[in-house]
Amino acid sequence: MLAASSVEMRKVNKYYGKFQALKDIDLSIPPGKVTCLIGPSGSGKSTLLRCINFLEEYDSGEVRIDGQLIGYDAPNKKMSGRRLREMRRSIGMVFQQFNLWPHMTARENVAEGLIRVRRISKADADRRASEALAKVGLADKSASHPSRLSGGQQQRVAIARAIAMEPKLMLFDEPTSALDPELVGEVLSVMRTLAGEGMTMVVVTHEMGFAAHVADQVGFMEKGELVSVASPDRILHRPEDARIQSFLRTYHERNSF
Amino acid sequence: MEWSVLQQYGPSLLKGFGNTILCWALGTVFGMALGLVIALIQRYAPRWVTWIVQIYIEVIRGTPFLVQLFVLYYGGPLVGLRLDALPAGLLGLTIYGSPYFAEIFRSGFRAVPDGQIEAARAIGMSESDIVRRILLPLGLVSALPALVNFSIILTKETVILSIITVPELLYQVQRMSAETFRYVEANLVLALFFWGLVETISRVGLRLEARITKHLIERT
Ligand SMILES: Nc1ncnc2c1ncn2[C@@H]1O[C@H](COP(=O)(O)OP(=O)(O)O)[C@@H](O)[C@H]1O
Ligand SMILES: [Mg+2]
Repeated sequence: MLAASSVEMRKVNKYYGKFQALKDIDLSIPPGKVTCLIGPSGSGKSTLLRCINFLEEYDSGEVRIDGQLIGYDAPNKKMSGRRLREMRRSIGMVFQQFNLWPHMTARENVAEGLIRVRRISKADADRRASEALAKVGLADKSASHPSRLSGGQQQRVAIARAIAMEPKLMLFDEPTSALDPELVGEVLSVMRTLAGEGMTMVVVTHEMGFAAHVADQVGFMEKGELVSVASPDRILHRPEDARIQSFLRTYHERNSF
Repeated sequence: MEWSVLQQYGPSLLKGFGNTILCWALGTVFGMALGLVIALIQRYAPRWVTWIVQIYIEVIRGTPFLVQLFVLYYGGPLVGLRLDALPAGLLGLTIYGSPYFAEIFRSGFRAVPDGQIEAARAIGMSESDIVRRILLPLGLVSALPALVNFSIILTKETVILSIITVPELLYQVQRMSAETFRYVEANLVLALFFWGLVETISRVGLRLEARITKHLIERT
């Protein structure tokens, strides 16, 4: 079992100018559990996720990782860059667009954080990077540059890059949305393995199957509000809120033929 | 045509060409370095600093190189900046090129996808590591064609240094013309040398580009 973090969000608000992207978000993410966030596009899912590692600065409220406030020392007093970087070391993030560094090989992508952030020697970093790549099934691609990899392989390298840092929390922002349908499975299967190992995961996704089978709780967002958080069954199969029902209806219409 | 004058003037022409290359190379390197610093300042420094830098850019880009050289060489001593022709010329070239190089770097940096910077932030990399390991290498690659292009433009600006008596190629060519009246031959030599220089730079540039973009091009 890995050490796993918890996340507590309390009354989190986020504005882009006058536009309110997050409205009083309250969310508890228990350690070692998988939380999926669903909802229409533009509802604030990415913004919420990015507040957890402070890639997006929330304007009020609190985001705590294992009880520790991230981004601020006190209201309106930003945390130092050094402390923020320390906290981010144990939070992995996987993006929709992979965001691998194209000038580095797969192994170099994974080793970079170990060398620069964890200050591990190059030899050790390379060894750990190879292990992480093996874990996502890409041992044979470690010398390849991202441009030579399929989307699914690139996303698995991105996951390896995150897990090599030994995070206690993993954030996924639509990790399979940029992939051709036949490549979605390989990425979800790596994520399922991670979940099985007891990693705390927050996953923004449109993969309802994954949410139904892997999530411990599912949150539904609309217009900057976290409308409801409950078990996958409650949200996906027996939704009470009309907004969720209508979202799922649209989803099912689009995904059937 | 009378090429025998070249025997007499060959050495001084070669020396002039050497000075041209020296001025170009150092002016380019220093100009690029200053341009890079400016581009980084504009990306990371507080607002008021970027405003000051912006004024510098506008002033340098808004005035002819010739005027800048005159101010530097003849106006400099008035404020205690007394430089020989060659250093003055080098400093002038550096200053003249810097805002253009800065602009090239700036758009090179902008071509680096935000997501790749964010990925580095997300694992806890420091901003200075991000600059060194991600922003610079990737930004330089997208900036390379424009950098080579502007370096080529700078070769031709070096002839203006003759006006403040830097003994570069045009200066020597003019001396030879004045002393022998062999204008055609002298200027053919000038053209030939410059063509050789420009051709070399662009070939080297293309090779460099092919080499460093090898891994960056998506397989189709
Ligand atoms: N950098 C930004 N500047 C202004 N508006 C933004 C920015 N990022 C997101 N938004 C807006 O905030 C809302 C929520 O965006 P996002 O969190 O990306 O939604 P989702 O991930 O659910 O599709 C959208 O309306 C979007 O247009
Ligand atoms: Mg999104």
